[in-house]
Amino acid sequence: MRREIQFRLNGEVVAAQVAPHETLVEVLREAFGLYGARESCGQGMCGCCTVLVDGRAVSGCLYLASLCENAEVRTIEGATMLDAVQEAFVEAGALQCGFCTPGFVLMTRQLLDEIPDPSEDEIRHYLSGNLCRCAAYPEIIEAVKLAASKRRKS
Amino acid sequence: MKRAAQPTETAQVGRSLPRLESWLKVTGRAEYVHNLRLPRMLYGKICRSTVAHGRIKRIEVAAAQAVGGVHRVVTGEDVRELVAEPYYGPAFHDQPVLALDKVRYVGEPVAVVLAADPHVAEEAAHLVQVEYEALPAVYDEVEAMTSAAIVHEVLKPAGTFPDLKHLKGRTNTNVALDFRLRRGDAERAMAKAERVFEHRFRTQQVMHTPLEPLVSVAESTETSLTIHTASQSPSFVRIEIARLLGWPENRVRVRVPFLGGGFGAKLYIKLEALVAVLSLMTRRPVKISLTMEEQFFTITKHASTLRIKSGVTNDGRIVARDCEVWWNGGAYADIGPRVTQKSGFTAPGPYDIDDVRIDSYALYTNLPPAGALRGFGIPQLVWAYESHTDLLARELGIDPIEFRRRNLLREGRPQATGTRMKDAALEKVLERLAVLMSWDERFERGGGTLRRGRGIALGFKACIANTTSLAAVNVNADGSCTVYTSCVDMGQASDTAMAQIAAEVLRIPAEAVTVVHSDTDVTPFDMATLGSRSLFHSGNAVKLAAEDALKKVNQLRDELHLPADAPIADVFKKKYGMRAGSVTGAGNFIPPYTPPDENGQTDNATPFWMVGGTGVELEVDTETGRVRVTRLVNVADVGTPINPKIVETQLSGASIMQLGFSLFEKMQFDAEGQLRNASFAEYKIPGFHDIPDEIVNEAVVSEQSTGPFGGKGVGETGTFGVSPAIANAIHDAVGVRLTSLPMNPEAVFDAISAKSGRE
Repeated sequence: MRREIQFRLNGEVVAAQVAPHETLVEVLREAFGLYGARESCGQGMCGCCTVLVDGRAVSGCLYLASLCENAEVRTIEGATMLDAVQEAFVEAGALQCGFCTPGFVLMTRQLLDEIPDPSEDEIRHYLSGNLCRCAAYPEIIEAVKLAASKRRKS
Repeated sequence: MKRAAQPTETAQVGRSLPRLESWLKVTGRAEYVHNLRLPRMLYGKICRSTVAHGRIKRIEVAAAQAVGGVHRVVTGEDVRELVAEPYYGPAFHDQPVLALDKVRYVGEPVAVVLAADPHVAEEAAHLVQVEYEALPAVYDEVEAMTSAAIVHEVLKPAGTFPDLKHLKGRTNTNVALDFRLRRGDAERAMAKAERVFEHRFRTQQVMHTPLEPLVSVAESTETSLTIHTASQSPSFVRIEIARLLGWPENRVRVRVPFLGGGFGAKLYIKLEALVAVLSLMTRRPVKISLTMEEQFFTITKHASTLRIKSGVTNDGRIVARDCEVWWNGGAYADIGPRVTQKSGFTAPGPYDIDDVRIDSYALYTNLPPAGALRGFGIPQLVWAYESHTDLLARELGIDPIEFRRRNLLREGRPQATGTRMKDAALEKVLERLAVLMSWDERFERGGGTLRRGRGIALGFKACIANTTSLAAVNVNADGSCTVYTSCVDMGQASDTAMAQIAAEVLRIPAEAVTVVHSDTDVTPFDMATLGSRSLFHSGNAVKLAAEDALKKVNQLRDELHLPADAPIADVFKKKYGMRAGSVTGAGNFIPPYTPPDENGQTDNATPFWMVGGTGVELEVDTETGRVRVTRLVNVADVGTPINPKIVETQLSGASIMQLGFSLFEKMQFDAEGQLRNASFAEYKIPGFHDIPDEIVNEAVVSEQSTGPFGGKGVGETGTFGVSPAIANAIHDAVGVRLTSLPMNPEAVFDAISAKSGRE
């Protein structure tokens, strides 16, 4: 039942034995020890399991790992240095328990790639698929604006 | 670069320092039990009851056991072989590790399938067949008072609380606690009052839904047990597991890393007893991770019914108040009896009333158990008394803020328990609310189908007593510092606050302090991280420990004839001739407390008071019933903010959480007690589109004289006034009164329709 797939994970070519039912978030956890994408609601409603596949954010708890064959997969663990978005989240205090934070960081990067200077409405709309039960939403809006200005400066 | 442990002249308390673990969290590297995997670990999947109340006639496990890869299927009877009395709970020993003899709610754990592959365990769990003999069930808390359906045959109070002793062995009742308070003569004062008003309010059952669902892992040897658990109360877990197993406490180790949210869901025993027993049976590590859906069958917030009656004078003085509260505790007591009493005594609200009567009942029903959820019962009470207060002001034609001014409990005046108010900035909070809401200015009221309104509410809370916190502080040879506390950082930033407190004492930067996470083999006892108690209790313990360590360092300085400002590193170097040694300070904090008498009277009900006020501006769409909060103002007495930025995020986060409980969150049950919306697809929590355009947070200038550097708890304060402020604003906008939560579009629309039908 298991078959080997190859893909690029955070820039490195890797292979994994995956079963047809296994989700991306499971394979990242079990085969690669990556825990930044994490299953919470299990229905693609909360965004805690966000992973970038070929540059697009997907819900890792629903996305089948076998679909990643030859894909470019990026997780929150992808970089060793903090980027402008992560710095902004730290500085704006845009996190509490931290469980949803990697998902928000990845979505914010994608948002700023598409809209470098988003309005508050655009931020709310773009991030509406990510939930934060600690409700750090006002601080997240602040962080996105701060990240946008940091990116413009660099 | 500045040395980490270099003495600092900058005050550490009052710094808006980012959380010390921020970097770990933005890179996804923070440690959660969710991530833990151990060699040879088994995963447990729970088979749950399908009936609300029934006798277990037969459990058939053969089909599940036969699935390839299944290690073992375990039922309540298997547990009973290992633990003769496998019942746990903080107030009552009423909850079985797995159901025994009968089930008491839909979703109660009945059996567990263990397998190395969680998918195998899950598939097999569906094959466990249980036959029940259905029993009559009761769901409503008021009906439970007199229902023929009895949830527990015999009441089994834990015996540690004097006020529960009289309940021991009681039969034929669903009342788990009947708390009463009598002050003056409410009946006589009511009879003499110029006017009397009575209202009834309801709140719904909701769930905490921490995004890291409940999770525990146990590993064992012949003589020891280690539990890694997402718990807010590691010290309690150790004591309770040791009691269940009949082991000494030092053979049970409980470790807690970061929590992915708690909000009261991760208290006392949840999965810990189950994984402990499973690991001892199999001699392998066992992990149980609940799904989001399963969390709804584990712990919830009390639904409640509240009746409140006031006698008033025509010029707006409240002279008598009579409150009755029924708390729907679900099938197991959990901490419900404490909510009933510790919050129950504030049911008359922050008003100066001589004659008060309170009856507060904890009820068993056939619903998922209820416990503490960010407010320990207070948001339910404030919902009732601040809706009621607004109605009184309207009836008397007095401005709602002015009405509150006339009745406010001032500093030094006795509250309903007789305890005099101290360090409770009710007046300041009310006045700042009036200013921030521009209350005396003209308010734009909208028109057509979009009507605007505004409202305020003011709540207060006593902190649970009697509770203890211990801490230790190690000053290392380089002057850096390590804090040992069993306070749990579930997102509220207690690590950062504790580091700031220790750093302030030791005059080093907070960044030079490391806080060791709860590990009962290492960190000293702490009652639990709940009810906004930790900044005050654990914070005081950390401060005492740091002062003790500093005293010892200063003694060394004297002994070694070093100047008072000699760097700590030099002290150790001179003492030991090299970089070696350390100094440990200990702190033990338990504030004074007087237990209430049979009338609920005491001269010292609480170590401190929390005060929270909320102002709301909103618009109501009269065609759809949709309410949009456009401006939310949170004003609080938090004492001295140890970290102002974090205090602000606590106030804001709590208010948004309560916004969800006010406007849309609701666990919906059918007539058979079956929950219909146990998932995020059907149970909506606040997201970006629900957040008000403007949120204002303010901590009034105040100081908690007994708190660490003047600080006190804040985690719950932002929740207090949100629901009634919204109801009061809806009334202001469209002239209808909602008395039941949530105030969803359907409820608002129905109320508007009913009113236009009447007119």
